Amino acid sequence: MSNDLEAIAERIVGSAQPGEAVEAYLTTGRETSVRVMDGAVESLTTATSAAVAVRIIRDHRQGIAVAATLDPEVLEETISDARDCATYGAPDPFVRLSTPEDVGSEAPSSLDVWNEDVLTTATAEKVALALELDGRTRARDPRVARVEAADYGDGVSETVVLNSNGIAVRRKRSTTGLSVVALADEGEVAYSGYGFSVRRSFAELDVEEAVTRAVARAAALLGARPIPTTRMPVMFDNMAARSFVGLLGGMVNGESVVRGRALFADRVGEVIASPVVSLVEDPRNTASFSAATTDAEGIPTRAVSLIESGVLQGFLHNLYTGARSGHGTTASATRGLSRPPGVGVRALSLAPGSQSPESLLAEVGTCLLVESISGLHSGTNTVTGDFSVGVQGHMVRNGVISEPVREVTIASTIPKMLLDLVAVGNDTLWLSGSTAGNSLLFSEMAVSGT
Amino acid sequence: MIKHDVLEAVLTEGKRRGGDFVEVFFEDRRSMQLNLDDSKVEGVSSGRSRGAGIRVIRGGTTGFAHTADTSLEGLLQAVEAAAASDVSSASGGAVALPRAGTPARVPTEEEASVVPLAKKVELLEQADAAARAVRVDDQRSDEQVVQVAAGLAEVRRRIQIANSDGLLAEDDVVRTRFSVQCVAKGDGGLQTGTEAPGRSLGSAYFDQFPVESTATIAATRALRMLRAQPAPSGNLPVVLARGAGGVLFHEACGHGLEADLIERGASVFKQRLGQQVASRGVTLVDDATEPNEWGTFAVDDEGTLAQRNVLIEDGVLTDYMWDHLRSQRAGRVRTGNGRRESYECLPMVRMTNTYVLNGSSTAEEIIADTEHGIYCVQLGGGQVDTSTGDFVFGITEAYLIENGKVTAPIKAAQLIGNGPAVLQRIDGVGNDFATWAGTCGKDGQGVPVSSGQPTLRVSELTIGGTAL
Repeated sequence: MSNDLEAIAERIVGSAQPGEAVEAYLTTGRETSVRVMDGAVESLTTATSAAVAVRIIRDHRQGIAVAATLDPEVLEETISDARDCATYGAPDPFVRLSTPEDVGSEAPSSLDVWNEDVLTTATAEKVALALELDGRTRARDPRVARVEAADYGDGVSETVVLNSNGIAVRRKRSTTGLSVVALADEGEVAYSGYGFSVRRSFAELDVEEAVTRAVARAAALLGARPIPTTRMPVMFDNMAARSFVGLLGGMVNGESVVRGRALFADRVGEVIASPVVSLVEDPRNTASFSAATTDAEGIPTRAVSLIESGVLQGFLHNLYTGARSGHGTTASATRGLSRPPGVGVRALSLAPGSQSPESLLAEVGTCLLVESISGLHSGTNTVTGDFSVGVQGHMVRNGVISEPVREVTIASTIPKMLLDLVAVGNDTLWLSGSTAGNSLLFSEMAVSGT
Repeated sequence: MIKHDVLEAVLTEGKRRGGDFVEVFFEDRRSMQLNLDDSKVEGVSSGRSRGAGIRVIRGGTTGFAHTADTSLEGLLQAVEAAAASDVSSASGGAVALPRAGTPARVPTEEEASVVPLAKKVELLEQADAAARAVRVDDQRSDEQVVQVAAGLAEVRRRIQIANSDGLLAEDDVVRTRFSVQCVAKGDGGLQTGTEAPGRSLGSAYFDQFPVESTATIAATRALRMLRAQPAPSGNLPVVLARGAGGVLFHEACGHGLEADLIERGASVFKQRLGQQVASRGVTLVDDATEPNEWGTFAVDDEGTLAQRNVLIEDGVLTDYMWDHLRSQRAGRVRTGNGRRESYECLPMVRMTNTYVLNGSSTAEEIIADTEHGIYCVQLGGGQVDTSTGDFVFGITEAYLIENGKVTAPIKAAQLIGNGPAVLQRIDGVGNDFATWAGTCGKDGQGVPVSSGQPTLRVSELTIGGTAL
C-alpha cells in the first residue's frame, strides 16, 4: 500500500480540532483505454488521477469537501471547506464515524482482487489486443461485416480511508476488459451485438469470448421484428437478468427503509417471492469484481441472506441506517466521494437452480426470450415497483429459439415478477459490477408490440 | 487559467513530438451540493477539480492524457504521454497563440452570484415544508406525502482551450439545479413525483423557479399518481405536453444526428441529408446560444463558438452535429457540438439545447382532436439504439385522453418506437414551446442538455403498460 496515501490521510485526520471527528478518503488510479475502428487506433488514453474527500462531524452535523488532487495547498483548503460545510447540516444523533467496537477483533484479511500485470503490461500489447479484437470480429461472419468500435480498457485503483477513531480501510483493485460492438447490416438498419471479456488480470483476457458473443448476437438479430401485443411467459437470459437482480438490490436497501421509500418495509418474515427465490449478498465472493473484506466504514463484511425461499429476511444497512432502524449494520456501507456513506451491494446473487437455460426453455415451450433491455432508468422504479422496459430477444416455440424480436416492451411490477418467478437457471454470470445474473423464467408478463 | 507562454510551450512540444494537431483543455470546476431528506439537511458538500486534458492527434490516431498538475512540468509530462511516440519523426515549428482568446462570455452578476450557504439551507427547508403542505382535489385522509427529498446543486465551470491552430478561447458558466422528489402513500401503495428544473444561472435561478413551486409540482404529481390505473399496452396516439416531449426527439433522432455515430455507420440517419425524414411542419434545432438554458455555453469544449444549428427544417434533414475531429475528416464546418464531461475525458459530438420549434395549433385543439390516446405530462428520460433507430422513453406523469378530454391518470410505463418511423407520424405541432433540463449520457460521459418542444402529437406509439 502506498506510503504517500497513508501519510496524507494521517495528516488530514491529525488536523481534527477538539470536538471533531475527521475522516480522510483518498483514492488514486491509473487507467489505459484504447479504441480501435476500421483496423486503426482511433484513440489512446493513458491517465492517472487522484482525489480526496474530507468528512468532518461536529455536534452531530457533518460536512464533506472533495478535491480532485492531492496538492498540499488544496488539501488545507479542503479541510477548511469540510469544516465550514459541517456547520450547516442539521444535527442528527445517528451520524458518527466507525469505532474499534464496531469493527471487532477480526484480523484484517485480503482478497485476491489485484493483479500487477495490468500495470506492467506494455501499452503496445494492449493496443495489439484491441486491434486483434477488431480484426477477428470483422472476419468472423460475412453477415456481420462491420465493427462500430473495439475497445480495450483497464484500471487500477488504490483507496485509503482513515478516521480519527483509528479505523482504516485499505483497498487495491485491478480490472481489465475488452468490449466490441459488431454490426450486422439489413438495409438501412444495423443490428448491434455486444461482446466482452472482463478479468482482473491482463493475461486472462479472452479475445475469442468477446468475438464469439458479439458476432453471434448481431447475426441472431437479423430480421428482427416486433410481435403482437399479448401476455406470455418471459425468460431473461443471464445477461439481462443482472439488471433485474440489481433492482432487487434497491428493494432491500436499508436507506430506503429509514426514509420511508421501501415497498417491502413492513414485510420482513413474510412471503414476498416464489419459493425458488433466495437472494444473498456475499461481499467475500471474489467472483464479484466489487468483492471486499470490509465495507466503506471498515466493518468486516459477511454473507447476508435477504430472501430465503421466498421469505423476506431483512435489509442491508450501514452504521447510520442500522442505528436508525435498530437492526445494526450489515457491513453494507458504500461510498461515493462527495456523499456520506450510503448502502449498497457488492456481490448480490440469486441462489442458482438446478436447470440449464435450454432445459427451462424446453419445459416452458413458448415464451419471449429477453436478451437485452433498454430504458432501465426510465422505466423501472424501486419505490413504486413499476417495471416497463424495451427489449430485444427471440421468440421461443416448442422449446426452440425461433424468430428474433425487437421494438417491444415487457411490463409487470417488481413485486409481481418476484411471485411469478418460476425458475432460476444454473448459469450464474458475474461481470464487472456487483450483481450476478442467472436465467430467470417468469410465468407471465405483458408484452407490447404491434 | 494557464499562462499564455506555458500554453505555447506545451503546444510547441506536442508538435515537436509529431502531433498534427495539439490541444490543451483546462478546466476549473467548483461545486456545492446540499441534500435534504426526511426533513433534515444531511449532506453539505463542496467539490473542486482543476486540471488539464491534452490531445495530440497524429494521422488518424488521437492520443490523450490528463493531469491535475497544471504547472509547465506537469503539462509537459502529459503531452509526452499523449504523444506516446518517439520524437524521431518530429516535425512542426513553434506554436504562437493570439494575445487574447475568443472573449469568454463573462457571466453577468445575476448569473454568477450565488446565494449564501445559510440561505441554501433555508431554501431546502422551505421546499420540504411546501411539499408536505400540498393538498389535491378530493384527496382522501389516507393519502399523503410521506417523504420528501430535496437537493440543490450548483457548479461553476471555467474552461480554457488552446490548440496548435492558434486558437485560444475561454468560457465561464454557472449552473444551478434544485430538485424535489416526493413519495406519497395511499391504499394502492407508494408513488413518486419529481421535479428538477435546471438553468445556467446563479441566484437569479430562484426568481425564475421559486422552490415552493418546484416542491408543489413534485408533491402534486406524487399524490395524483396514487389514483393511477395501469397503463394500456399496445399502440395508441400519444400527445406530449409542452417541454416534456423533447426527450422523444433527443432519443428518436438527436443521437442519430451526431456525426461520430454517422461516421461509424452506426446511425439509421446516415446518408439521409436532404431527405424528408420527418412530417412537414417539424423543424428541429440544436441551439447552444439560448440564454441561460441548461445546455448553453459561449464556446464548446474545443473552443468553437456556440451556434444555433438547424438539423431538420420543415421535415427535411439539413445537417448533422459536428465536432473538430469529425468535421475535419468529412470536410465540414464545426458546429460547436464538441463537448466533454470534464478535463479527464476526450470530447465527442454532443447535443446542447435541442428544440422542436412552434407550430400553429393550440394544445387544446390537439387534445380535443384526439379521440382515444395518452397525454404525457412528464417523461423520465430514455435510451436509443442508433443503429436500428429503436428508442424508449419513460412516462412518469400521464393521463388517458377519452373523447378529446384528458381523464384518468395512468401508471408509469415505457414507450417504444423507431426514430425514422415516429418522426413521420407527428401529426400535430402546438404553439406553446417550453424546455426541460436533463443530463445526457453517452459512452460514460454525462453533460447538461435541455430539450424542448411545444405540445406534439404522434399518431401512433407503442405503450408498454400492463392493461391489455
